[in-house]
Amino acid sequence: MSVRTLEVDGKMITALEGQTIFSAAWDSGIHIPRLCHLGGLSDVGACRLCLVEIEGQKRLQPSCMTKVAEDMVVRTNTPALRAHRRLIVELLLAERNHVCSVCVLNGACELQDLAAQLGVDHVRLRPQYPKLEVDLSHDRFGLDHNRCILCTRCVRVCDEVEGAHTWDVAGRGKNSRVITDLGEPWGESASCTSCGKCVQVCPTGALFSKGKTVADMRKDRGFLRYIVTAREKKLWIA
Amino acid sequence: MNRCIMIEPVTRIEGHAKITIEVDETGAVSSARFHVTEFRGFEKICEGRPFQEMPGLMARVCGICPVSHVLASSKAGDMLLGVEIPRAAEKQRRLVNYAQVLQSHALSFFHLSAPDLLLGFDSPAPKRNIFGLLAEDQDFARRGIRLRQFGQRIIETAGGKRIHPGWSGPGGVSRQFTTAQRDEILSWIPEVLESINAALGRLKSLLDSFPEELEHIGNFPSLFLATVNDEGGLEYYDGTIRIVDSAGNCIAEHLDPTRYSTFLGEASEDYSYMKFPFYRPFGYPQGHYRVGPLARLNVARFAGTSLADRELREFKQRGEGAVCRSFHYHLARLIEMLHCAERIEELMADRDLFDDTIQAKASLNRREGIGSCEAPRGTLFHHYWVDKNGLMTKADLLIATAQNNHAMNASVEQTARRFLKPLEESNDFEEGMLNRVEAAIRCYDPCLSCSTHALGRMPLVIEIVKGGAVVGRLTRSRA
Repeated sequence: MSVRTLEVDGKMITALEGQTIFSAAWDSGIHIPRLCHLGGLSDVGACRLCLVEIEGQKRLQPSCMTKVAEDMVVRTNTPALRAHRRLIVELLLAERNHVCSVCVLNGACELQDLAAQLGVDHVRLRPQYPKLEVDLSHDRFGLDHNRCILCTRCVRVCDEVEGAHTWDVAGRGKNSRVITDLGEPWGESASCTSCGKCVQVCPTGALFSKGKTVADMRKDRGFLRYIVTAREKKLWIA
Repeated sequence: MNRCIMIEPVTRIEGHAKITIEVDETGAVSSARFHVTEFRGFEKICEGRPFQEMPGLMARVCGICPVSHVLASSKAGDMLLGVEIPRAAEKQRRLVNYAQVLQSHALSFFHLSAPDLLLGFDSPAPKRNIFGLLAEDQDFARRGIRLRQFGQRIIETAGGKRIHPGWSGPGGVSRQFTTAQRDEILSWIPEVLESINAALGRLKSLLDSFPEELEHIGNFPSLFLATVNDEGGLEYYDGTIRIVDSAGNCIAEHLDPTRYSTFLGEASEDYSYMKFPFYRPFGYPQGHYRVGPLARLNVARFAGTSLADRELREFKQRGEGAVCRSFHYHLARLIEMLHCAERIEELMADRDLFDDTIQAKASLNRREGIGSCEAPRGTLFHHYWVDKNGLMTKADLLIATAQNNHAMNASVEQTARRFLKPLEESNDFEEGMLNRVEAAIRCYDPCLSCSTHALGRMPLVIEIVKGGAVVGRLTRSRA
């Protein structure tokens, strides 16, 4: 596989042909913010937080979906991009009811961390306060739509790693919801294997282990690297 | 001409309230009322949320006594799970509850009420606060602040946060208590005991200088309700309810707090957001009762720790039967602080506290759970109903401050009638007199932000006043 050389934030880096800007930048220690991307899962470019400026292109491009090219000049952290990312986080916070103070994942939430990192000390938009349900029908896990940012990590890990494809997205626009099977309560899902991978990859407290109280939960994604590495190296094939 | 004096806001209390005093043509007080003017609505907020979230959510009811709400909520959760929690968890909850009673009482006595007691009810209003106290007697004020710090530090070290600790939940607690934490707490104890004893001595020597206030700020017969342990001793975390009357006679005992709704009723009045609880067998308003430090000391047969027991025996001499003077809430508060400090020291030697089995695991086993404990201001009840998945369908919070509502109104009226007299030259009132009316409220250390949660049709009266005369009256009764 051939190598490409490009400039990211004034630093010359090398990347493999076919690699995304996002992954090449992270390999070189340039950390582009993200919420929907998770190493080991396919990319969908849903959260738009990893948008970058590419010289010669008028439109911002999602770095997780854009392949590197020779002599590409990329900027990942300009004032305009920071303002843009801040607005995205504010939109996410205004769209649903994110109440960190009573959340199981308070202190370990990717959305909360990102908001702090981007200096979101208040939300300039009018909160929508939608009336959303909590699904506690599953024996071990719970789903709180109030905290879901529709990153679809749960959908992808269930489909690509577990192979169950229990999760999907229904509805459009502000009515979009992650659902199990055809919209049945999670506890009644026939396809769910109760593996818990979706809970661990969820960046917020939307998917959580039942019985946890405020700030009581920490997510462990170590299994994903282990499974993906084993699959790449064909460790399970005799 | 009839006049209406309004004290708004009432200062040096927790929450928002006002007092209205109506005065007739002769300048005599015709009525006085205490109104809670804020609304919180936690009973509604929690609907549709998982019950496991309740301790964390309910903690937000109050920044002064979050631990009480965490504990009552955790106990309601324990009942929903149908479990007996590990001993280490119970001991940790007890420890943090003692710490919270101690810190809350320190705030009430030193920061909010001591300025009246030490500087005088008639001292200039701008100086009648903790800063004025610091200027007058730095060592006394500093000790008060340190006592509060001690309580807060225990809550922080055991519960993870000074305010709104979320370490306790249904089934137990989430953090193990360590010997390093014990050593830090033990290092405070000598100073804490010395400070409380000094404050007790100071208050007792001051009481003689307030004969009028003692006699007329909330001195009336009522029932007293509190939690006691199996032997009838002072208890804050778990026990049964005991009720005594003003003569000290036991009216009821061994009442199961989880059956509180069978013996406690709630009435409402048209002038306040806060409910008026009463003892059902006596009816409303005859069944009104007081809770909190004064009630606990009246109800308990003994304290169970040496220093506090000595003080309690002396305290009980101050009344014939029960101590009915609400002014003695201050003294009761200091005795309770002494007791809490002694209990904290005792717990530090308890090996159970350090055990690493801290949580009982179970899934939902009941649809209704009730938790109660003694909050600094009195007995607190949390009553939850959940659906088959554990989502809250309804909550009923019976808050300590609300249980003192009737007593606070009675105290305001009694104080106003006794102390409010118009000045001859201006037909006006001295500020110090009005301060005494506020002080009547401060005796109870009310936490109003804790106490207004029921949502629905509140009974309401609107009076249309034109030129000093009431020309119209609209009333709405409770739905």
